[in-house]
Amino acid sequence: MIRVEELVKRYKKAEQNAVDGISFEVKAGEFFVLLGPNGAGKTTTISILTTTLAPTGGRATIDGSDVVREASAVRRKVGIIFQRPSLDQNLTAEENVRFHALLYGLYRYAPSYALMHADYRRQVEDLAKLLGIARDIHKPVRTFSGGMRRKLEIMRSLLHNPKVLFLDEPTAGLDVPSRRTLWEHLSEVRRTSGTTIFLTTHYLEEAEEADRICILDKGRVVSFGTPDDIKRDLVEDYVLVDADDRSGLSDELARLGYLTSGGPPFKLQLDGHSVHSILRSIETPLTVVKTHTPSLEDAYLEIVSKTSE
Amino acid sequence: MSEASAILALAHRDFIKLLRDRQRIIADFAFPLIFIGILGTTLQAGFGERAGINLMDYVFTGVLAQTVWQSSAMGLISLLADREQDFSQEIFVSPISRYSIIVGKILGESLVTLPQALAIVTFGFILQIHMSPDQLWRMALALVVVALFGGAFGVIVLANLSSQRAANQIFPFVLLPQFFLAGIFNPIQNLPLPLDILSKIAPMRYAVDLMRDAYYGGLPSSQQVQLFDATTNLAIIAAMFVAFMIVGTFLFVRAERNR
Repeated sequence: MIRVEELVKRYKKAEQNAVDGISFEVKAGEFFVLLGPNGAGKTTTISILTTTLAPTGGRATIDGSDVVREASAVRRKVGIIFQRPSLDQNLTAEENVRFHALLYGLYRYAPSYALMHADYRRQVEDLAKLLGIARDIHKPVRTFSGGMRRKLEIMRSLLHNPKVLFLDEPTAGLDVPSRRTLWEHLSEVRRTSGTTIFLTTHYLEEAEEADRICILDKGRVVSFGTPDDIKRDLVEDYVLVDADDRSGLSDELARLGYLTSGGPPFKLQLDGHSVHSILRSIETPLTVVKTHTPSLEDAYLEIVSKTSE
Repeated sequence: MSEASAILALAHRDFIKLLRDRQRIIADFAFPLIFIGILGTTLQAGFGERAGINLMDYVFTGVLAQTVWQSSAMGLISLLADREQDFSQEIFVSPISRYSIIVGKILGESLVTLPQALAIVTFGFILQIHMSPDQLWRMALALVVVALFGGAFGVIVLANLSSQRAANQIFPFVLLPQFFLAGIFNPIQNLPLPLDILSKIAPMRYAVDLMRDAYYGGLPSSQQVQLFDATTNLAIIAAMFVAFMIVGTFLFVRAERNR
């Protein structure tokens, strides 16, 4: 669905590339997360993919359409929720939605909601109900809370049935309940429409549910795969053991063929073994047993700290 | 059909914004009324006889064209404000053509100037400025041209500015000299050569002169007031309009994408 090849972006007067030759693919229907610290190049990437920024090099396609040469076709295929809300504060919620529908050529222009096509009014009612803002749909956006504005933006972005929904740090600035409801709605959208979701975030818990994650740092891809792949590939699983009889333990571990590094305490790489089987095989009485099974957060911090060294 | 609907939606949004912005409505109406009511009246009282023309009529037609032209131009600059509020992202990621975006904005800002023009004309009647139905009809047509022309001028200025702040700082320098070079308040038939050259490249001059063609056409005082005939003014305005639109839109879209 999305193919990115050697994409490069250098901003005017910048000394470094904001995006530095990244490549990845996103499959249809996938929940894909572009993860990285601030300044990693996430928003730059999403801006190029949504045609609002021209790349300096490389290429990217969405559903076969090139983001530079076929920008208009790309724009029809994508929905976008920007980092900063892009609603017009002077308009009501419905007027914002109508404006979007008319820009995307979904309906013929009419000067008021009542005069718009019945299909439009039905679609607005259905989506507003789905997102729980039916009662407020004719109120000015400036009276909306941050969470409601985000919901309205989701509603608006789904109006033209996009193949890919891009979300650029959509939960930034939202409180925990709003964030949770937003995710519930997005899961619902994904379940019912099969839309590919492309999310950028620096919140790790939002990436845990992803089908695949691409971690960016300083404009480069530093890891790519499922959350489990990333954990497996980038952070060691190990168990730390120690005993009063350290030399006996050391000899036994060598005899059993376990890889150890440093110690005491001795660090045993799991290498596919379970902690249980390792502990059962050791006869020397142990005084210390510590297991280390990294979370995605550990993996992420490990990766980012490595690249910042 | 979809491009037309999108253009109408953009124009509709601008008009709605005006209706909901009371401060702007008051400011938009107050300035022209001050210019005509105070400046026009005092100029007529002090210099009217010596000038040999009715300076009240002269200032009225000048301010009418200037207000509509300037308002339309400044309205286009609101695309910069949209960009700063990130609203333009919504417009620029939509599949409509970049030219349609600009056309929609110009149409919207032209619509926004119409209530202003109506208020000025009403005020003109209160000040007993004579306007026959024939003159009113010609002035209405001229107003449409002036509003669209102002919008195109806004596009070329907008294309060269990076932010609303820059626009607020630079726009007065672009506008203020034109107030005098376009002859809104002062006749400009006998300017020294350098000022005459500047006057001839000031776009506002042709908007003001077209409005005077519409008002004074056929009147005895037209010889003293008009600079060019309506056809010449329309030809110059058309050429400038096309150039501003093409170059301005190209530069604006390029600046948006090549940050």
